[in-house]
Amino acid sequence: MRQLLVLLAVFSAIAVLPAVITSEFSLNIVIMMLYAALLGQAWNILGGYGGQFSFGHAAYFGTGAYAVAVLQVQLGINPWIGMVAGALLAMAVAAFIGFATFRTGLRGSYFALVTLAFAEVLRILSNSVDFTGAGVGILIPLAPGPGNLQFETKTGFFFLIWSFTLAAFLAVWWIGHSRFGASLAAVRDNEEAARALGVNAFRVKMGAIILSGLFGGLAGVFYAQYFLYLDPYIAYGPAISVESLLVPIIGGMGTLFGPLLGAVALHTVSELTRELIGDVPGISLAIYGALLVGMVLFLPRGLAGIAARFTRRNKPAGTETRHA
Amino acid sequence: MPSGLLPSHPLDTAMPDLAIIIPSVLNGITTGSLYALIALGLTLIYGVLHIINFAHGALLMVGLYAVWFLNVQLGIDPYWALLIVPPAMFALGYALQRGIIGKASHGRDENILLVTLGLSIVIENLALYVFRSDTRIVDTPYSFETVEFLGAFLPLPKVIAFFGALVTATVLWLLMARTDLGRAIRALAKERKGAELVGINTEHVYAMSFGLGIACLGVAACLLLPSYYVTPQVGHGFVLIAFTIVVLGGMGSFVGALIGGLIIGVVEAMGGLFLGESLGQIGIFVIFILVLMFRPQGLLGHKV
Repeated sequence: MRQLLVLLAVFSAIAVLPAVITSEFSLNIVIMMLYAALLGQAWNILGGYGGQFSFGHAAYFGTGAYAVAVLQVQLGINPWIGMVAGALLAMAVAAFIGFATFRTGLRGSYFALVTLAFAEVLRILSNSVDFTGAGVGILIPLAPGPGNLQFETKTGFFFLIWSFTLAAFLAVWWIGHSRFGASLAAVRDNEEAARALGVNAFRVKMGAIILSGLFGGLAGVFYAQYFLYLDPYIAYGPAISVESLLVPIIGGMGTLFGPLLGAVALHTVSELTRELIGDVPGISLAIYGALLVGMVLFLPRGLAGIAARFTRRNKPAGTETRHA
Repeated sequence: MPSGLLPSHPLDTAMPDLAIIIPSVLNGITTGSLYALIALGLTLIYGVLHIINFAHGALLMVGLYAVWFLNVQLGIDPYWALLIVPPAMFALGYALQRGIIGKASHGRDENILLVTLGLSIVIENLALYVFRSDTRIVDTPYSFETVEFLGAFLPLPKVIAFFGALVTATVLWLLMARTDLGRAIRALAKERKGAELVGINTEHVYAMSFGLGIACLGVAACLLLPSYYVTPQVGHGFVLIAFTIVVLGGMGSFVGALIGGLIIGVVEAMGGLFLGESLGQIGIFVIFILVLMFRPQGLLGHKV
């Protein structure tokens, strides 16, 4: 209960930001942080709570993004409906990948590789068919208006991503306090033991990947509506997959607030480097990579791990003993 | 193809097909031998350290830039670079394993996967920063020479690469089978505790194995560049292909990597021929996913 109150307090405080921040530039940074937190929380459900490291979360992101864009541009379907379709399709893709991998018992490094390969297959497919605009990409026409899921000001987009992200965090809060979450942590910590205790590991992992796909898809829907442009490399490329896993790893895997901490830290660092070095190609991603190496080497429990060391009460679930 | 220029005879309708397929298969085999060489390094590292080196493609790219740099700045022929680049790559691999990768596991394989992923991102983007995304090639007198074989005209650098890959695989096999280092590596791969007990310096041997795997990339880079190009992202294409070969051949299996490499080379060439360049690549990923799902121990590997 206490954690839920903290969560609601944090999100209420964030909701006040558009009233306080007047510059569009700064509000954009806050929006990008919330977006990264959503993406990271999606990964965290499967990777942090479920222990299944996906290297291809772009599969869900890209599906959500392409769904809303293609339905709008090719069929003239309202993006609000497209949003629902995008979320459902992303869940369907997640269910397919989950079924294919969990049914055959793939885990660990094998799971990571197969998810990466699925994302690559989707990237090549979206590059080869016409209705996605192939390599040229797809442009959503500018038509500001809440009915079109586009907004005149950044404040409108802010509340769109704020509500998506809040939903993801509430879902993860629920996971942390439900029987489903306990089963998921049990499967992560020792799948054989969990099975022996009667946990249906397959069903639990399917639940986690589908939920993860839902929020990954919503992140894609937001991205498409916010930037109004997609191509196969943006939608299904490795950058999104990397950002999805980097955010919770920096913040703290398997913790509720980890992805928020990670998103804030990551975007602060990337803004700082942009200030200091300028927009040089490669540098910001090189720093992302260095952060990933540094975190795994020196702070495997992320920023939340430091916080937990001092407070002791927000102890991340299940990080004490793990069997790989 | 010369045969395509001849007026087609009404009776030999099957002939033009074969005239395209044979060169395509041969091309696939030569390309596949290079894939095999790259996969050999990956499978060696996996077999000993039980880690999947995600930075393999990025390190191949480093090797290619090294060959390119030596050629363009110092005028060294890519094949003479075989004396310089593989030893340098070996040292780099040794240092990476000893300094970073070996320290990252904290008892979980996933951590190593993440660290090598992080390394690949760093290396690739530093290359992007230094070299920009321009495509670079080397200009050698033999780049466009061809060799005729079974009616097909194969580029000379690809034929050299094929034999170079065979020689490298043989040398590596002899090293593993006949030397003390090879015995130590095999002992460590089988039984870590036992190897430690008989006095093998595990940290050192792990790093030697990683170094050898990366040195294979150095050889591959020298053999590849005369008929290929280098960009900061060039490793991407190779890394998934190498993973596919390794899982197809069985993780840790040498012979499997060689056969797998040739199969994938031919599949890619055939896929490109019948489905077009872009869709043809999907064939590789489909093989990859199917093998991982239904036969993760590979064609020749043992049960995992």
